[in-house]
Amino acid sequence: MTTAAGYNFGYLDENSKRMIRRALLKAVAVPGYQVPFGSREMPLPYGWGTGGIQVTASIIGPDDVLKVIDQGADDTTNAVSIRRFFAKVAGVATTERTAEASIIQTRHRVPEAPLREGQILVYQVPMPEPMFRLEPRLAETRKLHALADYSIMHIKFYEDIARTGHIATSYNYPVMVDDRYLMSPSPIPSFDNPKLHRMPALQLFGAGREKRIYAVPPYTKVRSLDFEDHPFQPIRADGTCALCGSRESYLDEIVTDDRGGRMFICSDTDYCGTRAAGQEAAE
Amino acid sequence: MAYVAVKGGERAIDAAHGWLAEARRGDPDCPDLSLTQIEQQLGLAVDRVMAEGSCHDRSLAALAIKQARGDLIEAAYLLRAYRTTLSRFGASRPIDTDAMRLRRRISATYKDLPGGQILGPTFDYTHRLLDFALLAGTPPPPAPQATPKREAAPRVTGILAAEGLMRPETANEAAPADLTREPLAFPADRSMRLQALARGDEGFLLALGYSTQRGYGNAHPFVGELRVGEVSIELQPPELDFPIDIGDITVTECQMVNQFAGSKTEPAQFTRGYGLSFGHSERKAMAMALVDRALRARELGEEITAPAQQEEFVLLHSDNVEATGFVEHLKLPHYVDFQNELEKLREIRADALRNAAE
Repeated sequence: MTTAAGYNFGYLDENSKRMIRRALLKAVAVPGYQVPFGSREMPLPYGWGTGGIQVTASIIGPDDVLKVIDQGADDTTNAVSIRRFFAKVAGVATTERTAEASIIQTRHRVPEAPLREGQILVYQVPMPEPMFRLEPRLAETRKLHALADYSIMHIKFYEDIARTGHIATSYNYPVMVDDRYLMSPSPIPSFDNPKLHRMPALQLFGAGREKRIYAVPPYTKVRSLDFEDHPFQPIRADGTCALCGSRESYLDEIVTDDRGGRMFICSDTDYCGTRAAGQEAAE
Repeated sequence: MAYVAVKGGERAIDAAHGWLAEARRGDPDCPDLSLTQIEQQLGLAVDRVMAEGSCHDRSLAALAIKQARGDLIEAAYLLRAYRTTLSRFGASRPIDTDAMRLRRRISATYKDLPGGQILGPTFDYTHRLLDFALLAGTPPPPAPQATPKREAAPRVTGILAAEGLMRPETANEAAPADLTREPLAFPADRSMRLQALARGDEGFLLALGYSTQRGYGNAHPFVGELRVGEVSIELQPPELDFPIDIGDITVTECQMVNQFAGSKTEPAQFTRGYGLSFGHSERKAMAMALVDRALRARELGEEITAPAQQEEFVLLHSDNVEATGFVEHLKLPHYVDFQNELEKLREIRADALRNAAE
């Protein structure tokens, strides 16, 4: 099946897609475990979401409806670029509506609207190893995962609390998956971490440059790492969206002048637009 | 046995240079490459050669690229060797990147900000599919036009500083040392480090900057701002009490915003890494900003654990003219020393074999 001149459906050749699907199956079978895979060079650069793009390219079919967000927004340059890429090489329908999408590829956010069974959330992951800042050697972290020895992360959090009174991690906040593997949720704000827990949708994580794939199957237990006396606390700017008035959603800060002027708007553009349209209709 | 001719091989050298000149020119039936073509169509190569050659002259850089057959390190070397012969009239005043005529300006830390996000001519969101239209020489369709907004674009680091979240930089009015006139001494001050990084090899700095992102050196970087555009160069001659604008150059500036855990005397705050490069060279400016921040570990009281934080390691190996010289010098004859090594090895082995036999 071909679409854009000279390229296979979804850009990758069928054998590469099969290799990636095998890695995905293994990842789903062992939740939170990082599966090495033969990551390919893609026409978008490493760091732009090559892992997510390869995962999407491997699972997408002609009947899928694709949504791509970056920073929660459909209109950010990278999201536009990736959406156009799949429209070109797979010819699939695209949408900006969370509810209408069968596959949502994301960078740095989980949509505000709850996802349902049958949907797939594909995360773009820069550094799959949650402990890389504490132990950069992959041979070592592999051993730590095998032994489920995550003490260095606990010590790091303990030192943060001892020094500042807070766990200093705000994004890319590590989670325990199914009580077994410590996992990077990708650089989503910790605000989004609770959404990973027992999510009805399938969550797939692709790290192209680091050549790793991992997954959280539907309804899996996902717990943000913390201490009994210092429970996990998601962070959100204390503000109201200037467009839809939401006090619950994650907000972007917009600098309006160089004299300290600020405003806040929802980072999730579909959530914000839907709410604003509803309010208009009600008036 | 051509190599033997290294000793007094005048004819061999002349013949080799003749061959090199012919190889550089390529097929004489193919039109000769003009310097204007290199300047216009290989502009980013010109920018890189000017940066690493520490000399802002587009046509000389283009000439160096042509002469070096496209070997950009060789071209930077040619430009440096020329630069060193120029006499110095004075030093320009510090350039003011606040007043830059912006061609591109992006912030990764704010969705929108005063002065706006200006995408400019970037590869960033292109799909890397070979464009066979170029093969056919089809001219590109004209790009849409707009009048530039002359809106002030305050620096992101300034916005954060106004809230007290950015660690202030201490102004230093002392004349900076000049890396091209004085040898590096360690510990090196920041002006010296930045000079070394500004002319440092893009590939080396890229790899070091990348290593800090992967856990080798504790970096948490955000691109506070990246701007590309034209700035004025001003010279103030000692006999005048006002500066004279002597022309514009294109520069790329990157201000990286990094976390800093704080110390006994300072609360947690952001710190900056700074990168500045001739021409349009984003990769270089960004890598430089990452490495600059990593090299501030000592000053900020951070533990030095990674290569990118080690000043001597970074600064003494970042100059590609020095590095390529020493690596490539291994091609020169070394047979006097090697003969010595041979004899020593034979002696040691003979002893060992004799002892084993006993």
